[in-house]
Amino acid sequence: MNDSSDAPEPGTDSTTRVRGDAASAESAPTAASRGEGGAAPDTAVRDGLAVGLATAVYGISFGALAVAAGLDIWQTCFLSLVMFTGGSQFALVGVLASGGVAAGGSAIATAAMLGIRNVIYGMRMKPILEGPPTAGERVPVWRRVAAAWVTIDESTAVALAQSNDRAARVGFWVTGVVIFVGWNLTTLAGALIGDAMGDTKAWGLDAAAAAAFLGLLWPRLKRVQAGAVAVGAAVDATFMTPVLMPGLPVLVAALVAVVVGWFDLFRRRSEP
Amino acid sequence: MTTWHIILIASAATLALKLAGHLVPAGFLERERPARIADLLTVALLSALIAVQTLAAGSSIVIDARVPAVIVAAALYALRVPFVVVVIAAAAVAAGIRAFS
Repeated sequence: MNDSSDAPEPGTDSTTRVRGDAASAESAPTAASRGEGGAAPDTAVRDGLAVGLATAVYGISFGALAVAAGLDIWQTCFLSLVMFTGGSQFALVGVLASGGVAAGGSAIATAAMLGIRNVIYGMRMKPILEGPPTAGERVPVWRRVAAAWVTIDESTAVALAQSNDRAARVGFWVTGVVIFVGWNLTTLAGALIGDAMGDTKAWGLDAAAAAAFLGLLWPRLKRVQAGAVAVGAAVDATFMTPVLMPGLPVLVAALVAVVVGWFDLFRRRSEP
Repeated sequence: MTTWHIILIASAATLALKLAGHLVPAGFLERERPARIADLLTVALLSALIAVQTLAAGSSIVIDARVPAVIVAAALYALRVPFVVVVIAAAAVAAGIRAFS
């Protein structure tokens, strides 16, 4: 890891820190630069449990918001079981809440685009999970699929924060499995709560959804470039709202990322 | 399209992306420019979702109880208050304003 102080500390606000680290995990060194041996799968277990439990709790807000958006309890639980990537799940129900089934295409596209970062996480994790080539043991397909299934911000971030590959594997699996089990249980609980609430607007659940997106965005705003994209995308989506069908303003705002990313605009010299 | 169709297609797409990272040899997305765009894409989509979720009502822009709720949420995140607490606080602010106005 480029900076050991980035490692999540159990007991502190590990969730937000690690979410931020996942964003920078994309620029982290690859497995080749890290050793095999060395210490401390213990730390990895502790990190994994702390981050996993803290993250799993917000399945409650997802469950309640999904039901408020018009999904039934089965549909809500299916998303947490199969999609299992928070940003895409919140986005899908957010777009459906504003545009209904008519905005289905935009909802799918938004969820899928938010899932693209998982491809990069998978590429980072693959060589670490396979271990050294000298071991001569092929990873069975079911374990590759399971690894892909639990490849998310948090499991990748905890893994990449460890000092060696063995600890990284432990951290990845502990975090992934704890969140998978916890997230699905809390989703069900949240869906049942949302179902019992009735008029969700009176409870402020629409504002809660906005606050949830803000929480996912917050740790990604460390760089000037990201801040500029965030402002541009928000302004773009707001101005497009009266013009385009619900759901489309969010997709159009994605162009801001493509333009800024392509030409590498708004980048400070001092930043990595 | 029914809600189930939307859920099935979107879930298949996101799961396929996760599998692609583990099964397809690293290449395109590891280059600097695609990786940067993928990273910024997440920021842009989340930020646009915040704007729409806070200001849109169908096809019009409305300033209502959601705006102060999101400002309170931003202040709490800045103070490093945990996610769940902030989400509940934002709901409480909006619900409170609606109850007393």
